[in-house]
Amino acid sequence: MDRIDFGRKYIHLKGPVKLRLDVRSMSVTAIFLAAVLALGLFSLMVGTLKLSIVEVFSAFSGELTGLKRTVVIDWRLPRVIAAIVFGAGLAISGAIFQSITRNPLGSPDILGFTSGSYTGALVVMLVIKSMSFTTIAFGSLIGGFATAIIIYLFAFRNGTQGFRLIIVGIAISTVLGSINSMLLLQSKAEVALTAGAWGVGSLNGIDWYHVLPGILLVLVLLILAVIMNRPLREMELGKDASKSHGVHFERTQFLLILIAVALTAVATAIMGPVTFVALAAPQIALRFTNTAESLAPTAAVGAFVLLSADVLAQRMIPGMILPVGVLTLSLGGLYLVWLLFHQARSTV
Amino acid sequence: MAITKADIQSQANSSIHSGLRAEDVTIQYDQRVISKNLSIEIPDRSFTVIIGPNACGKSTLLRTLSNLIKPTVGHILLDGKKISKYKSKEVAKRLGLLPQSSTAPDGITVANLVAHGRYPYQNLIQQWTESDEQAVVTALKLTNTTDLANRYVDELSGGQRQRVWVAMLLAQQTPLLLLDEPTTYLDIAHQIDLLELFKDLNEQGNTLVAVLHDLNHAARYATHLIAMKAGKVIAQGNPSDIVTEELIEEVFGLQCKVIDDPVTHTPLIVPLGRDRSK
Repeated sequence: MDRIDFGRKYIHLKGPVKLRLDVRSMSVTAIFLAAVLALGLFSLMVGTLKLSIVEVFSAFSGELTGLKRTVVIDWRLPRVIAAIVFGAGLAISGAIFQSITRNPLGSPDILGFTSGSYTGALVVMLVIKSMSFTTIAFGSLIGGFATAIIIYLFAFRNGTQGFRLIIVGIAISTVLGSINSMLLLQSKAEVALTAGAWGVGSLNGIDWYHVLPGILLVLVLLILAVIMNRPLREMELGKDASKSHGVHFERTQFLLILIAVALTAVATAIMGPVTFVALAAPQIALRFTNTAESLAPTAAVGAFVLLSADVLAQRMIPGMILPVGVLTLSLGGLYLVWLLFHQARSTV
Repeated sequence: MAITKADIQSQANSSIHSGLRAEDVTIQYDQRVISKNLSIEIPDRSFTVIIGPNACGKSTLLRTLSNLIKPTVGHILLDGKKISKYKSKEVAKRLGLLPQSSTAPDGITVANLVAHGRYPYQNLIQQWTESDEQAVVTALKLTNTTDLANRYVDELSGGQRQRVWVAMLLAQQTPLLLLDEPTTYLDIAHQIDLLELFKDLNEQGNTLVAVLHDLNHAARYATHLIAMKAGKVIAQGNPSDIVTEELIEEVFGLQCKVIDDPVTHTPLIVPLGRDRSK
C-alpha cells in the first residue's frame, strides 16, 4: 500500500485507539515536561530552609516528618502545582482564542477578560469591602465571565470575526482599565495598596485549602479542551469548510469560548491577573513544533513559563519575593513589542 | 504516477443514492429574500452546472443544498429524507462541498490538510485508520498533488492550492460533490485538468453540482444545466437542448452567437460585443 509523505514524522498507534502522534510535538512536550519536573524539584528544595533532593523525596514518601515535611508538602508543593496547572490552563486558553481569532494577538489578556476579572475583584475589595480570599475569587470569576458576555454580545453578531473580537476586546479592556484605576483612586490608601497588589498577580502565600478547588477545576477544563481540540482545528479551515465536514460550528465555538474563558477566569481568580503566559505560550510552542495540531506542547510550555517565572520571581532579588505577575508583565511587554514589530514587518 | 481507473473507482462511492433536491424553498440571507418557492432536483449521477449572472443566488442555492443555509420555508431532501434530520457527520459522509474560500491552518503540510477531509469518519478513539490513509493517498493521486504532499501549504501557488482543496474534498469520499466556482484561481490548462477529473468522477457514479462562470465550460461538461436569474430558474436540461442565443440574452443580457463546438459538439457561446450587436 502507498504511504503518504506528510512532511513530518508520525508514530502510528494501531491499538484500540487509532491515531498518529506527531514526533516533533511529542518531543517538545517531553522536553518541556522534563524541564518542569526538574524546576519543580529545585523549587521544593530551595528557600529559607534548604533541603536536599533526598529529603524532598522522603517528605513525599512520608519518611520525613515534622517541619521539613510541612515546608515541602504544605508550603512549597501547592505553589509549584498551582504554577504548573495554571500555567498550562492559561496557555490553553490563549491557544483556543488565538485559533478562534486566527491571530497571535487574540489572547485573554489582550481581549480584556483579565481586566474584567480584576474589576470583579476590585469591586469586592473596595466596594463590598471584603478581603476574604473566597469572596475575592468569586468576584473575580463573575467579573471575568461578565466581561466575556459583553464582548461576546458586541463582537459575535452575525457569526464570529476574529479581528472584530480583538478590536472590541481591546476597547473593552481599555474601558475596564480606567474603571479599575477609578476604583483604586477613590479608596483609602491602605486598601488600595492591597487591591493594587492583587492586580499584579502572585502565587505568594498560596496553600492547599485555597488553591485545590481551582486546580481541580482547571484540570477538568483542560481535559474538555483536549476533547474539543479536533473540532477546534477543523474550524480553522473556515466556517463553510468545517461545517461541510460535520462540525456544529456555532455550538462548538461557543463551548470552546466558554472553556477558554473559564480557564483564564479560574486561574485569575486565584492568582490575580498574570499576563503574558496565555499570549506567548502557544506561539513559543508553535515556533518549536511548527504545528498547532496538538495542545500538549502549548500546555507544557505554559507550565514551564509560569513555573520558571515564579521561581525567578522568588530568587531574583535575594531576601525579597516578587509577585510572579511583575515578571510576566515585563516579559510580556517586551514580547508584545516584538510581536507587533514582527507582524507589521511581515504584512508590509 | 498515472491515475488508474481503479483510483477513480475507489473514489466513487456509487452504492449510496444521492437524491438531492430542494422542495419549494424560500432562501433568505441577511433578511433579504434571495429565492422564493424554488424547487430543484439534482438528477442522480449527473454533472449539474448552475450558471447565472453575479448575485443571481446560485452560490446561495449551492450553500442551501449543502445545508450551510437553512431555508426559511420548505426543505432540502437528501435520499428522500429532510437534510436537517440527518446527523451533521452523516451529511458530511454523503455530501461534500468545495467552498469559495477556505483558510489553511498555520504551518500545515499538504497531506495534513487533505487529511482534514476525513473528519466525518473520525472520532476520539479512531483518529487515524488505514481507510483514512488510503483515502488521502487516492485523493492526492487524483488531483496530481502527491509530489506536493510534504510541502507547507503557505509555500504553494494559487493553482496548486486549489488542487489541494479539491484533494481535501475528495478525501471526504462523498457520492455528492458540490463545487462553488472550483476553477476560479486556475490557468486554462489546470481548469481543464480539473474539469476532466470531475467528468471522470461523474462517469464513475458521483453526482456533481458546480457553480461555473465560464459558459463554454458549463456547456461542454454539464450533463444537466441550470440557468438562474434573480433567484429563479429560467431553464434547465441538457446543454444542447437549452443553450440558445435567446436564453443567454435573457439570463445575462448578452448578445451572442451559439455555434457548434468543433471538438465536443456541444453549444459554444461566442459573445458579439457592443459594436457588432444590431
